[in-house]
Order: sequence, then C-alpha cells, then structure tokens
Amino acid sequence: MTDKKARLLQGNHACTLGALAAGVRFYAGYPITPSTEIAEIMSEELPKLGGKFIQMEDEIASMACILGASLTGKKVLTASSGPGISLKQENIGFAAMTEIPCVIVNVQRLGPSTGGPTSPAQGDIMQARWGTHGDHPIIALCPSSVKECFDLTVTAVNFTEKYRVPVYLMLDEIVGHMREKVVLPNPEELELVERKKPTCAPHEYKPYATDESLIPEMADFGTGYKWHVTGLFHDETGFPSNSSQVAERLMSRLMNKIEKYKDEICMWEEIQTDDAELLLVAYGCTARSAQEAIKLLRAEGIKIGLFKPKTIWPFPELPLEKLAQQAKHVIVPEMNLGQLYYEIDRICKDKAQVSGLFKANGELITPGEIIAKVKEVLS
Amino acid sequence: MGNNPLEIFIEKCKACGICYTLCPRQAIGSDEQGKVIITEIDKCTKCGICENHCPDYAIIVRREKN
Amino acid sequence: MIPELEKFFRVNKLPHIWCPGCGNGIITRCLVEAISQLDIDYDKTIVISGIGCSSRAPGYMNFDTLHTTHGRALAFATGVKLANPELTVFVITGDGDATAIGGNHFIHAARRNIDLNVILYNNNIYGMTGGQGSPLTPTGHFSTTTPYGSVDRNFDITKLAIAAGATYVARGTAFHDKLLTDCIKKGVENKGFSLIEAITMCPISYGRKNNFATPANMLEWQKNNAINVKAAQKLPPEKIAGKFLIGELHNEPYAEYTAEYDKLIAKYQEGAK
Repeated sequence: MTDKKARLLQGNHACTLGALAAGVRFYAGYPITPSTEIAEIMSEELPKLGGKFIQMEDEIASMACILGASLTGKKVLTASSGPGISLKQENIGFAAMTEIPCVIVNVQRLGPSTGGPTSPAQGDIMQARWGTHGDHPIIALCPSSVKECFDLTVTAVNFTEKYRVPVYLMLDEIVGHMREKVVLPNPEELELVERKKPTCAPHEYKPYATDESLIPEMADFGTGYKWHVTGLFHDETGFPSNSSQVAERLMSRLMNKIEKYKDEICMWEEIQTDDAELLLVAYGCTARSAQEAIKLLRAEGIKIGLFKPKTIWPFPELPLEKLAQQAKHVIVPEMNLGQLYYEIDRICKDKAQVSGLFKANGELITPGEIIAKVKEVLS
Repeated sequence: MGNNPLEIFIEKCKACGICYTLCPRQAIGSDEQGKVIITEIDKCTKCGICENHCPDYAIIVRREKN
Repeated sequence: MIPELEKFFRVNKLPHIWCPGCGNGIITRCLVEAISQLDIDYDKTIVISGIGCSSRAPGYMNFDTLHTTHGRALAFATGVKLANPELTVFVITGDGDATAIGGNHFIHAARRNIDLNVILYNNNIYGMTGGQGSPLTPTGHFSTTTPYGSVDRNFDITKLAIAAGATYVARGTAFHDKLLTDCIKKGVENKGFSLIEAITMCPISYGRKNNFATPANMLEWQKNNAINVKAAQKLPPEKIAGKFLIGELHNEPYAEYTAEYDKLIAKYQEGAK
C-alpha cells in the first residue's frame, strides 16, 4: 500500500484533482467567481499531463469548445457559475441531443442575474434540470464536502462517458471555497470508465444505432468513420429527419437512458434514519448544517435523521419514499425559495407532512435555524 | 450524338437558368419548364462554365483525355 | 459534377435543400475541388458549420462533419483543432452566423491564429429564416426586416478578419469559381487562421427584393463588380469606387496557436527536459 498523505484542500481544487484523476485532458472556460480556481489550476496542471487548457472568449464558446474536443475522444470538463451557466445552456442542449460526453461544474452563487458573486446559494437546482429548452436528459451530482468534490467529479466523468448524457456537478460557493483535510485515493484505486467505441468497419457504422443498452458507440473524429453530428432531430444514421416517428424514437431513447440506469446513477446517504420520525432532506453545504442540527436534536432525544441525495437529477425517489413512510415530518432546508422542495413534496406528500426551510440572501442556513424549524413543526 | 460532350442529369436540374444564360455560345437552352436542354451542341467549346456554375451538379462536360 | 469529385459527397443525400439558383452549391463544389487538389488525409478532415443555409453543406460532404449551434461553429472547431492538431478543419459559416451571432468567436479565433479554414458563404441575408437583413446586407438594400432599405452600415468582413489577426484572407465569388478554389487551397496551406469570403447569391430572398430578376443576373453582377486585387493595383481610384476586390487580400504568417501550445507542453510536461 502506498502511503497516502492527508492534504488541506479547497473544494474547487479537489474538483480539479478529481477531474484529472478521472482522465480529463481538455478544459475550456471563462473566468467567473466563485469557480475561477478550477480554471486557474487546470491551466497549470493540464500541460504537465499533455492536456489542453484554453480560456475562451465567453461562456458559450467554452461549452462549445469542450464539445468539439470531446468529439476527438478527449474527456472534457468546464466550470462556471450562475451567469455563465445561463449562457452555456444552448450548448448543453446540443450535448444532450448529440450525446457528446461532457461535465459542467456549477459553483453556485446567489442569483438571479449578477446577484451575489461571492455569496453561496442553491438556486440553480431547477436550472440544472430544465435550463436548456426542450425535454432532455440530464444528470446532476451534488457534493457537500471537499472529499466528495473529488469523488463526485470522478463519478461525473465516468457517468458522462458511460451514458453520453451531460453531467452537472453542483457545487456551491461554500463547498467550492471551503478547505478541509482530505486523503485522496491513489490513481490505481479509481475505477474509470472509457466511452464505448465502434468496432465495426466505417461503412457499417451507424452512429446512433443502439442495442438494449440504449447507448450508441461513439467514433472519435479523425479515425475514418466519417459520421455526421447535428442538433437537429436525427435518425440512427445521424442525419436530420423531419419525421415525427424519428423525433419520438430519439426523444424516448434519450430520456430512457436515464430511466434505465437510474439505479446506477442515483446515489444518496441515509444518516441516523433507522428510527427517524422526522426526516431532513438536505444536499450540498446545507447537508452539513443539517448534520450538526441532528447531533444537537438527538441530544435532546428527538428522533431525527438525514436523507442526503448526492445525485439530485434524477432524484433518488424510491429510497426517500421508503423513509418517508416511517417519518411523520419531512423538512427540506435549501438555499433558495423552494426548488427541490417541490420534487420532495411530490414524492412524500401522501406519506408525511413536508415543510420547507428556505433562504436566499447569500447566507448559509445555520444548524440553529434548522433546529428552530424542527421545533416549530413538532409544536 | 457521338460528339456530344455534355452529359445532363435532368432529374437534378432545378431550372434556375444559370447554365444557359452563362453559356457564351448558346449551345444549351431551356425547355418549357426552364430546365436545361441541348440546343446547338456543335457550338460547345467544352469551356465548362455551365458545369462549374450549376449549383445542383446536373451537368458534366466530358473532355477527351490524351 | 465531375465524377472525380463524387467521393467527397454523400451522394445519397443529394439533391441538396438549397433553392433553385442558390450559389451555395457552387461554393461547396469549389471547396470540395480544393480539397481534392490538396495533399491532405481525408480521414482526418473535419467540416464544421453553424446554423443557416450554408451550414447545411457539411451534411452533404463525406467527412467527419459537425453541424453545431447558431454562430458557434468556430468555438466548436477551436475545441476540435486544439484537442487534435493533426486534423485539417474547415468551418462553413454564413454572413449572419459568422458576423452577427458568432461575431465574437470570429474575432477571437482570428486573434489566436488557430489553424482553421473558414469559408464564409456571404449571401447578404438570413436565408433559412426567410430573408432578414444581416450585418452583410448592404446599406440601403432590402430584406424582410429592412423594408425601407437597411439603415445599418454593413461590415467588410475581410477587413475585420485582418484587423483581428487572421493570417490569410481572401475573397472569391460563385462566378469566379476557379479563383475561389485557388483561394481555399492557399487558405489550407496557410498554417493559421484563414478566412475566405465566398460571395454567393440568394436569388429567392435577396435577389427578388433587390432588382435581380434571375440567379444568372446575380452572377453577372459578381462578374461586373469584382476587381482582382492585382488588377486593382494598376487602376485609378475612380475605377475601383463602388466595386469590391477579389483574390488574396492578406497573407502574413504568424505563430499558429496549436503549435505554440504543443511547444508549451513539450516544455512543461512531466518528464520533459
């Protein structure tokens, strides 16, 4: 066993290290608080690994640029925050439609608009799900610690390479800028996924034909397969079609990729939930306040636990439903004015009473505020 | 038509009129639908202006190879 | 089309969607002809476009082809080329795509002098959406959104490209097809950002509103109003006024972006010395 050193790392730094460990060798970005450290570290580290970093002229271009690089077979990532993520939506939709693997890190800050560049928030949860126009598949992961920033970045890269769905990594200003002591795994301990490539002869290649896996094989540009990529609705040959049947078939396959692999994609933690009559559902930095609140409330004899989704899209619906059956109350603290709350309410409402604790002023939700809410619900 | 150097793929012709308007010798003309037809093939000098300006790749000028 | 060029087309996708008399078929043939005359690996040739009439061209071309979002072709192409500098990358874009919604990408791709070969199909109009004015619609000309004649001043996109740092800039027309083919070839030979403005024509949406009775009239206009840049040097200014120049407008080599990045990697890559 190799000696592993504990390191003091910032969330954004851990995210970068996770990306590099997962095999990301191409980054395009644009400076924006509070995600900029990711670009800065990438600009320094990628050339050392023979990788490429480019600072593009804007956020739209950054998103486009990584998709171009991904088509040549590279693992790619970009990072941004609120205003930048809004601009990237156009090409996130392109990635979903054309099934080009990519990871988008969103270090969330207070919005809307320029909002609070240095203030944390969790206001982009619904944007992650529905930010680009039209129905589309998406995966979004949400770390709540520096270690999870590393781990979930590796997972995000693996997911996008495997499922060919754009994957968001939803940090927030607190998780991104917080420093914690972490012990990172050795590279050989990581399981990495490589995208499936065609083995057939180029003239037999149908770039969007699939077997029961629903995931097509993807040829690298420049290897003789001479295929066509378009954001228009396309058939299995990749060429555009005006047929409503073709549109329906493609749309349902894109959406069914998520449905089919939901069990693999959905990750969550259940903390002190065995006897919990009261359940907190919290993610990202808010999950940390929730854990502290649980510790204090448990000391008072209140049977409370935490459901912490690490995958927020698709939402781990079944495990939460199960827990909600034994709980009388479900409380959702989140740093917005109610976003994931509505999803959780939909899942739990017939089983338990669901209340939200919302805050969108650039301050985190404190354990004290959660305790007060719990007591209000119990009274 | 053994000396006819023009091969016309009439199904490709969209009747835009470019070829016979540009033809310097009036070797080609149009039918009632505006599609290209050969009129006086003897005048054709195989200059290729029709072939190179047909947006729909409907004309080939056959040139003898030495 | 001469049989020698057929292998560069996806013949089963033809006829193309362009209207009768549209010059895009001519420009695309010139591009393919240039490719056929160049010593490049066709398996490593990528054609990328944005959105619009001209941006449909890659779908007919037998290479790896990428039909992107409106205006973004150059940003995608930057990713393709930087990720794999071995590839020969063509970008097909229109006047609206490249100079309006994609204007910023255009400037910065030129600034970096990244080795992309841009063929800008200039038909002076947004054709796909039915003929709205673009930044290359000449002042005073008519479109569906300039019903009283355009008030806007139009770009000379070649001057913009030169100012932004493009190292090869040329202009050809659908009429001057051989010159255009030649310019495209020279653009590919230039290791850096090359812009070839290809004056095409949209007889349906632009021609009809601007007193061009037929597509051939538009080609004749190109013939009568273009002056070869070499000939222009010998002409008095009054003979050039109101006309436009064709041929090689700028050729000034400069360090190419992906080559420079590779040097940086060679210097800093772990184990390098």
